[in-house]
Amino acid sequence: MMLSKNLTQSLLRYTSNGAITKNASSRGFHTSKVLLAGGPSTPINYPSLEIPNAGETQKMNLFQAINNAMDISLRTDEKACVFGEDVGFGGVFRCSVDLRNKYGAKRVFNTPLCEQGIAGFAIGLAAQGATAIAEIQFADYIFPAFDQIVNEAAKYRYRSGGQFDCGSLTFRSPYGAVGHGGHYHSQSPESYFAQTPGLKVVMPATPIEAKGLLLASIRDKNPVVFFEPKLLYRSAVEDVPIGDYEIELGRARIVQEGSDLTLVGWGAQMKVLMQAAQMAKEKLGLSIELIDLRTILPWDVECVEKSVKKTGRLIISHEAPKTGGWAAEISSAIQERCFLHLESPIQRVCGYDTPFPLIFEKFYLPDHLKNFEAIKKSINY
Amino acid sequence: MNSLRHFASKVRFTPSTSTLLNRSFKPTTSFNRNFSSAVVEEDDKYEVTNQLEFQTLKHYIPVYTVMNQEGEVNPPSADPNFSKDEVTKMYKMMLTLNTMDNILYDVQRQGRISFYMTSFGEEAIHIGSAAALDLKDTVFAQYRESGVLMWRGFSIEQIVNQCCSNEFDLGKGRQMPVHYGSKEINVQTISSPLTTQLPQAVGAAYAQKLMGEKACTIVYFGEGAASEGDFHAAMNFAATLQSPTIFFCRNNKWAISTPSHEQYRGDGIAGRGPNGYGIATIRVDGNDIWAVYNATKKAREMAVEQGQPVLIEAMTYRVGHHSTSDDSSRYRTLEEINFWKEKRNPMHRLRQYMLKRNWWTEDQDKEVVSSVRSQVRESLMRAEKQKKPAISELFTDVYDVPTKNLLEQKAELFEHLKLYPDEYPIDQYAQDK
Repeated sequence: MMLSKNLTQSLLRYTSNGAITKNASSRGFHTSKVLLAGGPSTPINYPSLEIPNAGETQKMNLFQAINNAMDISLRTDEKACVFGEDVGFGGVFRCSVDLRNKYGAKRVFNTPLCEQGIAGFAIGLAAQGATAIAEIQFADYIFPAFDQIVNEAAKYRYRSGGQFDCGSLTFRSPYGAVGHGGHYHSQSPESYFAQTPGLKVVMPATPIEAKGLLLASIRDKNPVVFFEPKLLYRSAVEDVPIGDYEIELGRARIVQEGSDLTLVGWGAQMKVLMQAAQMAKEKLGLSIELIDLRTILPWDVECVEKSVKKTGRLIISHEAPKTGGWAAEISSAIQERCFLHLESPIQRVCGYDTPFPLIFEKFYLPDHLKNFEAIKKSINY
Repeated sequence: MNSLRHFASKVRFTPSTSTLLNRSFKPTTSFNRNFSSAVVEEDDKYEVTNQLEFQTLKHYIPVYTVMNQEGEVNPPSADPNFSKDEVTKMYKMMLTLNTMDNILYDVQRQGRISFYMTSFGEEAIHIGSAAALDLKDTVFAQYRESGVLMWRGFSIEQIVNQCCSNEFDLGKGRQMPVHYGSKEINVQTISSPLTTQLPQAVGAAYAQKLMGEKACTIVYFGEGAASEGDFHAAMNFAATLQSPTIFFCRNNKWAISTPSHEQYRGDGIAGRGPNGYGIATIRVDGNDIWAVYNATKKAREMAVEQGQPVLIEAMTYRVGHHSTSDDSSRYRTLEEINFWKEKRNPMHRLRQYMLKRNWWTEDQDKEVVSSVRSQVRESLMRAEKQKKPAISELFTDVYDVPTKNLLEQKAELFEHLKLYPDEYPIDQYAQDK
């Protein structure tokens, strides 16, 4: 409740200072915390993605956008099912609220408390021709399902010579830091899954994109692991088109064009990077190109490559620990493709190589100040 | 603690199939490794039938209960006959737990701690089972067993320090509130993922047996957790390896919003024990402290003396919300909660028992509540003033000795903090030693 109140206040302030023109709410992407000392002097202006021809919009936060995507999926595909722990009453983050009433308990239902069961069941459901939209309550609790996802879902088509597949399968799971989650309600496990050929891994950053990417994931012909930034469930609000639209998987988004340095992230980290980019602009007069990867696997290497060839500098930032994180893969691929274009070493600004620590979260996170320092270091190299 | 010997035989565990049928294996404290005839005799256990009949559930395991809502014990021999002082200690501990939960729940609502989980309605399980154990017995808890820790000596102060993540939290502030752990009282540190502690407990108990200790391991879990694959692994390992583990299921009917009838079919968790895994099992009224005590006492005896696993399913009710992140009015009725709160209240039962013996007065209730309230409030005031653990503790205990990458990252962080001393709450953290 606090979050939404803060958000409303920041939106009001945002509107009254004239920083925006027509569409107040669409630019209200998580503005509540940006006025921290040391941050940029004005609220972040995180641009909403334009969806052409999607018609009417409605103000939605991220969990409502997810709910809306599943609603459309259940409405347009009568073989679609939504299930997982506590999904029936609406889910612990309210993502499936009202769906059981609308579509019945045969298609929207609680499972027993067993992630490996949810995953295996989802694979079977999909392999038999239904559409499985499975929820793992927290990304931190996905590991009992690791075997089913990595050894089964990911290899289902390959091992059968293309006869069978479980492509109509999507695992949704909230991930990431929220300020008080400690070890087991904070983790970002994307790189564990991203090293698995056969899977797609998607992580949205805004309500509009969450909806379009989720619909694309559900309809994609491959199993998708879809990690939702739970920090933004309530705090990120946009005017989301109420129609049926998809955002292509495997395509990054250039959130902000720039010429001096390329900054790459995904999910909730985008807000932090936007802050750092804004700081760099105000304090150092730098023009930062900000890229939201959106799909972690397969990732849009061409987009990042093109950007780095233009800027000559690259920083990648994620909450997960640095060693073996997805930033390492990006860094390596870009070094292979852009070696002669690089003006400075590629840097990774990430979580430390420790478990996620409750009381040290502020120190652990790759915040806007650490990213700002990395930008300075890259420019001064 | 008084001996239960004279009535223990009345605590009937449903015998495991291995005890009933496996003629060549007699229960023993040694490890069972009879290679010679097991496979040959395997099928001799089964009767032969020419009836084409699928077996279905016919008989539910009964609920063992000895004290009614009026505090009367039947049969009288089932009364453990604790002294007035001992019963008073137990009752006061239940009331302390309940009162502390009330305050810390509100304190979380005020934003002074980040999270909390109450044990309302399950007080008899905590104290009744904990009282039947020895400090040598290792405890693996889920997260709703604070009373077990308190009975073993974990203080309100320690609880509050953990919930405030200050430098006196034994876990160094790294985990969410209620994730306690203490070597001193032999309680392994709690982890949020469900059921992971079950196979671990089986391993711990096996080690105790291996080392010839006269002790066992008890592991607590909910009926929801029993749906995880780790439950099966643990039960099967304990049975086949004859590990002296007490599996203590708190069946409180709700796993967050999922009611137990959506969690399992058949004869609950207890039903899986005897026929499913060959583990001696009892179902007990979890709101009857004497039933819980008697069952746990007997279970401990079986585990320690006979070196075998035991399963207890305690039937109870989660009167509070799942946690401070949950609002259970979204999925259950107030009538249902009140039924358990009023008609099946575990503390009320023990209070009636004491009132009948003139060991307690209603006024004493108020005194305890008031004294616990001040204790918790004072502990909180102190705990909130304490520093958080030193920032360098972020990097310790990942390994026994920090690796090079951790040392580098620690240096990087401290360099960064020098650049922005005002942007981080450094003052709230203890100085590095």
